[in-house]
Amino acid sequence: MISQPLTAVSAQLAAKKISSVELTQVHIARTRAVEPRIGAFNSSDETAALAQARASDERRAAGKSLGPLDGIPIGLKDIISVKDQPLTASSKILASYISPYDATVTRKLREAGAVFWGRLNLDEFAMGSSTENSAFHPTNNPYDLTRVAGGSSGGSAAAVAAGEVTASLGTDTGGSIRQPASFCNLVGLKPTYGLVSRYGVSAYASSLDQVGPIGRTVEDVALMLAAIAGHDPLDSTSILSEATDYRAALAAKKGPWRLGIPKEYFGEGLDPEVAAAVQSAVDFYKNLGCEIREISLPHTEYGIAVYYIIATAECSSNMARFDGIRYGHRSPRATDAVDIYAKSRAEGFGEEVKRRIILGTYVLSSGYYDAYYLRAQKVRTLIRQDFIDAYKQVDAIITPTAPTPAFLKDSHKTPLETYLGDIYTIGVNMAGLPGLSMPCGFTKAGLPVGVQLIGQPFREADLLAIAHAYDSAHQWSQRLPNL
Amino acid sequence: MPASIALDIDKLATLARIELTPAEKEKFSAQLGDVLKYVDQLKQVDITGIEPTAHGFPISNVWSEDIPALGLPVNDVLRNAPASRDNMISVPKVVD
Repeated sequence: MISQPLTAVSAQLAAKKISSVELTQVHIARTRAVEPRIGAFNSSDETAALAQARASDERRAAGKSLGPLDGIPIGLKDIISVKDQPLTASSKILASYISPYDATVTRKLREAGAVFWGRLNLDEFAMGSSTENSAFHPTNNPYDLTRVAGGSSGGSAAAVAAGEVTASLGTDTGGSIRQPASFCNLVGLKPTYGLVSRYGVSAYASSLDQVGPIGRTVEDVALMLAAIAGHDPLDSTSILSEATDYRAALAAKKGPWRLGIPKEYFGEGLDPEVAAAVQSAVDFYKNLGCEIREISLPHTEYGIAVYYIIATAECSSNMARFDGIRYGHRSPRATDAVDIYAKSRAEGFGEEVKRRIILGTYVLSSGYYDAYYLRAQKVRTLIRQDFIDAYKQVDAIITPTAPTPAFLKDSHKTPLETYLGDIYTIGVNMAGLPGLSMPCGFTKAGLPVGVQLIGQPFREADLLAIAHAYDSAHQWSQRLPNL
Repeated sequence: MPASIALDIDKLATLARIELTPAEKEKFSAQLGDVLKYVDQLKQVDITGIEPTAHGFPISNVWSEDIPALGLPVNDVLRNAPASRDNMISVPKVVD
């Protein structure tokens, strides 16, 4: 039960072979057993979860089930508000914060009957790619405990891979759903910017952030997306869209598709075992009758430079809300009201957050704005245009998700070296496109490898159908970690 | 391309309202210098006539009906305040 896809668990609930309370108890026991080795959870509320599970069972008994997610244990990244539950963002500055309201995605999952199990670990305020920047503890990769789970949604990925939850939500600003999904043998989707509401989700870089699901299969992710997508008047960047049954679309849409291989994504720095696994996925599509075209996204090489200007600029503005006045940590050393800001932030923020605020402050500061921020926004236009041009000749783009499999913990990379690992995921955020990572094999050492599919804006149904063709034929998620 | 970029870390820390230790100042200056050197490659890109992108799918003028609604209960909000009294957040005295 702990290692089955959401669709299978949902079918067993529907057939009344198991109750939601039993299912939740299984996950609670599993969490107790593996959590000391995994570290995916920041907190959990057993009483609240079991109450939700009981309510789900009562609905089902009364013939009023809310659908496929009713009674399923779902974990939420600890940056997504759940009313009356802690939200730490894995930061000391929010260590004792309690959310006064639900995020819109939380409300939607609640309305779908989900059981919330686990506030899942992340790099502090989603800034990082290893979940080692958590102020509390790192998250270990279930497939190799000496390696990272990825990040920033490392807890959201590890908790699913380790069987602590059935599926989860993460957030993705530059790859934070897709990269941990690839490191943990899972499917992760970053939806088109604006498809899913950001209301109630602590902001890092507002023009890039997007909430999305992590699950064992493409089908699981399709079910989760259907539950959380949709216009929200509380998020002014949310787009009007029609409710879509993404799961039904998986079978309805059939290829063959035209798939683009961007040559810039297969160059220097790509691990040969990752390249081989991704190539095997490309070969699968070729055998399926898809047309495989080499394409060019010529501004790819500038992606990281643009990202670390725009993201840190937006970060420095967003983080200004943590002032030690209204909520969060207030320094006891502060001597006056203004001093509260500098000292509370010094004590409350971790190193990476401080580094990004300082860099963002620099690129926005007087005299540098045009040279850095404005120039980066213009190159962002060119990166986005590359994708628009590519979609004139292909339906989707296929690439590696990350240059390497999960790396060792405490690799002691410099910040710049760490940033370079985001090379294949970052363009998607800059262009606002949907991107999905799914498992495509393992290295000789037994580490999962992910392949990324990049779709056209608001065409998640097509993207998921293309992914499902491969995922359902391979079922890599059945290869479980030894825990 | 400059060999190193002068970064006034004291000024930045003040603007960012973060008190940095001498060790942090030294470390961040070096690391951010590396990042700024790296992003200097953007100067090679021809951006003549290119409009900036602030959002992947920019939408503007989002209006909503002016309908009164209840805000959050005071107690729920003040629960997170570091210090409060009489339904207000309290801070040290600002003016003498």
